[in-house]
Amino acid sequence: MDIYRQEIIDHYQNPRNFGKLKNPTVFHEEVNSFCGDRIRMELQIVNDKIMDVAISGAGCAISMASASFLTEMIKNQTINKVKKNSKEELVKKLNINLSPSRLVCAWLPWEVLHKALFKYQNMKGAYGKI
Amino acid sequence: MFNINKIRRDFPILSRKISGKKLVYFDNAATSQKPKSVISSMVDYYENHNANVHRGIHTLASEATNLYEGARTKIKNFINAKTTKEIIFTKNITESLNLVAYTWGRKNLQKGDEVLLTVMEHHSDIVPWQIVAQEKQAVLKFIDINENGMLDIASLHKLLSKKTKIVGIAWVSNALGTINPVEKIIKLAHEHGALVLIDAAQYAPHDKIDVQKLDCDFLGFTGHKMLGPMGTGILYVKEKILEGLPPFLGGGDMIKEVYFDHAVYNELPYKFEAGTPNVGGAIGLGSAIDYLSKIGFDNIRKHEKNLTAYGLKALRSLKNVTLYGPADINNRMAILNFNINGIHPHDVAQILDNEGIAIRVGHHCTMPLHLRLSLNASCRASLYLYNTVREIDKLCMGIEKVKKVFGK
Repeated sequence: MDIYRQEIIDHYQNPRNFGKLKNPTVFHEEVNSFCGDRIRMELQIVNDKIMDVAISGAGCAISMASASFLTEMIKNQTINKVKKNSKEELVKKLNINLSPSRLVCAWLPWEVLHKALFKYQNMKGAYGKI
Repeated sequence: MFNINKIRRDFPILSRKISGKKLVYFDNAATSQKPKSVISSMVDYYENHNANVHRGIHTLASEATNLYEGARTKIKNFINAKTTKEIIFTKNITESLNLVAYTWGRKNLQKGDEVLLTVMEHHSDIVPWQIVAQEKQAVLKFIDINENGMLDIASLHKLLSKKTKIVGIAWVSNALGTINPVEKIIKLAHEHGALVLIDAAQYAPHDKIDVQKLDCDFLGFTGHKMLGPMGTGILYVKEKILEGLPPFLGGGDMIKEVYFDHAVYNELPYKFEAGTPNVGGAIGLGSAIDYLSKIGFDNIRKHEKNLTAYGLKALRSLKNVTLYGPADINNRMAILNFNINGIHPHDVAQILDNEGIAIRVGHHCTMPLHLRLSLNASCRASLYLYNTVREIDKLCMGIEKVKKVFGK
């Protein structure tokens, strides 16, 4: 499948859930130093459910489209369910063939999400229910 | 005579197809391709002369030693060093620059001393100095650039002082292609009592070097960017300076005698070459120098100047393309650095690859320079003697394709 298929370009140029949240429960930002991509993900979590999500930053078409796809996949899902999604499943959703160097781009948003969830669970451990 | 078709036939890889299209190789600043003569010189070594060098009594050992030392002589002549004692084989220029920082820097830098670099240095001429400066509490200073991507000479004058102990400078910027006025800088630095280290990685493939005329103290380059094999770095050091330096790595070949409590080091340059060297690689590099000399640097530089001028003009005529680096062809080696507005360099390289065109994208191991230019990344097409005007046309058509995909 052509990696620059129309849907990918569309998600890149009009990323879903782009921007910032007013009061995020948790956020995480990650930089891919190899190419300078930077992705920030903010999550609003209520009763272990992702009620809202926002992404911001800058990156290549693959990393930004992947981030946009991911926000649609996780919104209104419980974190237990989200945690079970592998990065391979995200790439499957993108439905494009990526070389190893570009897989890193597609995986970046997934890593940002999971680090944010890890932070959330640490916070919960420390502060109880938030 | 510079016969481009004949030259291209010397490089087997240039007939390769990528995605069903003829390869357009524009990643020469990362590594060059190799002519048949270089490849067969190494095959000949491994098939007919392979043995470990130095101290061998048998025939093969002496043949291998002669070939290895013959390559050193070719390199000495190539840069017009006074003696082969000044030519040290390393694994790449990164190791050459580290060798200078770890031996000369550790021995000579003291608290408050300054190491003067430029903002366009490759990471390999920054990080070793950061490590040693931290250890010695020395200070790193950076000469700035102006809006044309040229060194800001006023900033150099301001930063040079009695505290400056060494100036490290890329002769040619691997990112922008800027040719720096090293002769002038060496003279100025010497007037201030500072030594000068030249990173000639991006200069050596394209033009003649005369270290005696330059009067530089250290000069490094790497074989694989000038038609030679990987694993062949060179460090030139003035004999007088080399005599006073402690060894870099310890082991075999760098010693004369070893006792339980001490060792007597070998003569120059072997004192700085511990362990079995890359003999086949050195022979390949010698063969690459033969090849370049046969074509002639005057011819190579003339061809590349034409190509670069053509490339700059062609890219400038494209909408939504921003070029970086000097506009004057006399101040620029064969590197075209650009961005397509609003399109990430990785996407550019990916789509060009579908057209068989190999360029490099990212920060090109010059993150500080990209910070200075407020860029995350850039696209680099780097040219060499076998590239053609037709290939630059293909690059331009490829860029138009990229823009089309992204609706620009």
